[in-house]
Amino acid sequence: MEPDRHDIQLSVNGTSYRRGVESRMLLSDFLRHELLLAGTHVGCEHGVCGACTVLLNGMAVRSCLMLAVQANGHEISTVEDLATPAGELHPVQQAMHDHHGLQCGYCTPGILMTMTAFLKENPQPSEQEVREALSGNLCRCTGYQNIVDAMLAAADTMRAASP
Amino acid sequence: MKPAPFKYIAASSVDHALSLKAEYGDEARFLAGGQSLIPTMNFRLARPAVLIDINGLNDLAGVDRANGESIRVGALARYRDLERDTNFLESCPLFADALPHIAHPQIRNRGTIGGNLSHADPASELPALVVAMEARMRLKSSAREREVAASDFFQGLLTTDIKADEMLLEIAFPAPTPRTGTCFMEIARRRGDFALAGVAAIVTLGEGQRCLKARLALCGVGETPVDASGALRSLIGQPCTGEAIDAAAARVREMIEPSGNVHGSADYQRHIAGILTQRAVGVAFQRAGHGA
Repeated sequence: MEPDRHDIQLSVNGTSYRRGVESRMLLSDFLRHELLLAGTHVGCEHGVCGACTVLLNGMAVRSCLMLAVQANGHEISTVEDLATPAGELHPVQQAMHDHHGLQCGYCTPGILMTMTAFLKENPQPSEQEVREALSGNLCRCTGYQNIVDAMLAAADTMRAASP
Repeated sequence: MKPAPFKYIAASSVDHALSLKAEYGDEARFLAGGQSLIPTMNFRLARPAVLIDINGLNDLAGVDRANGESIRVGALARYRDLERDTNFLESCPLFADALPHIAHPQIRNRGTIGGNLSHADPASELPALVVAMEARMRLKSSAREREVAASDFFQGLLTTDIKADEMLLEIAFPAPTPRTGTCFMEIARRRGDFALAGVAAIVTLGEGQRCLKARLALCGVGETPVDASGALRSLIGQPCTGEAIDAAAARVREMIEPSGNVHGSADYQRHIAGILTQRAVGVAFQRAGHGA
């Protein structure tokens, strides 16, 4: 069977890309192997661990459960989009750093993308809401408590910055 | 790349999607949210030769209340959209209880009601909801269109009445009746996991506080969603008492045949199903009495 290829055009972190992709290429693999944006991590590759979470038109989605060809015409944001070009961390990143919200860091990009989308929609979450928002991201190091602390702190910082 | 090779076609209209399905039949699968199909393709448990992507068919994504007798939900409506549609949740309050239990936010951002029901996982919440609510499934092929009652739609584990050339187009829910209360509850070991058991209850009160109609369906305790409304038959015409609800819960425990799994034995699932029946039917009675 000849590979089934499609031309796609999409925006990733504000940059427009045109590429030819095989239809079976997952969005997660496209980001890592074609665009060399290796910040999006690949864990389980069947939608359980959340490590590959990216934003599709601003909504957190699992990039291992989407085909690259499906991203045609859409806007994707990845963890590379969070810090400023000068290296200033996003408040969610800074809070993870301050609260020791990561150890090995493998799950961190997915958590950062999930939670930036969540905090945008829920600027003043309760601890319970933060825990539920995190439910789709597995972390095997931290026990989550420091991540929850970091997200509550990040919410405070972001509210103070744009009240 | 995890999935086996396939041919990808983005459908430009419902007619286009149906003509492709008529052409390729069982070789082709519709791609909606992809939250169940893509994992099985990544595992290569599913190897469709053709994927017909229906995500561009925006006319399948809406909720239509124009006809006063039913609320019609397009197959491509995503959990996320339904969760945020307060009018829909008022009309179908079981969804307000159940949607937050479905997987995780990232999954709810993509997953669709039509994909869920077509996949027909008996552990999922929505099949039990549509059975309890006596929804009707609108199926369409290039050649014909038909409606199937939810109770006839689910035929076995991951098996529905959808024919090789058909698509689930729309789900029609009956408009809410007065003095009706509903409740969905489930128990899962972790937030977002499939439930050990889940119960959807609908109670309509007649004169006084007497029960006029009662519906009950369970998820996670059989090969299909289980319609256990028969367990509530003795409540009809009666006021709601603790004893009557206990007796109904005992009948539910007898009716179901859960298989047990790594998270709990069959006996434990049966126990949970009884407890959830007591609680959910009780809450549905209360809500019916309060006009909620």
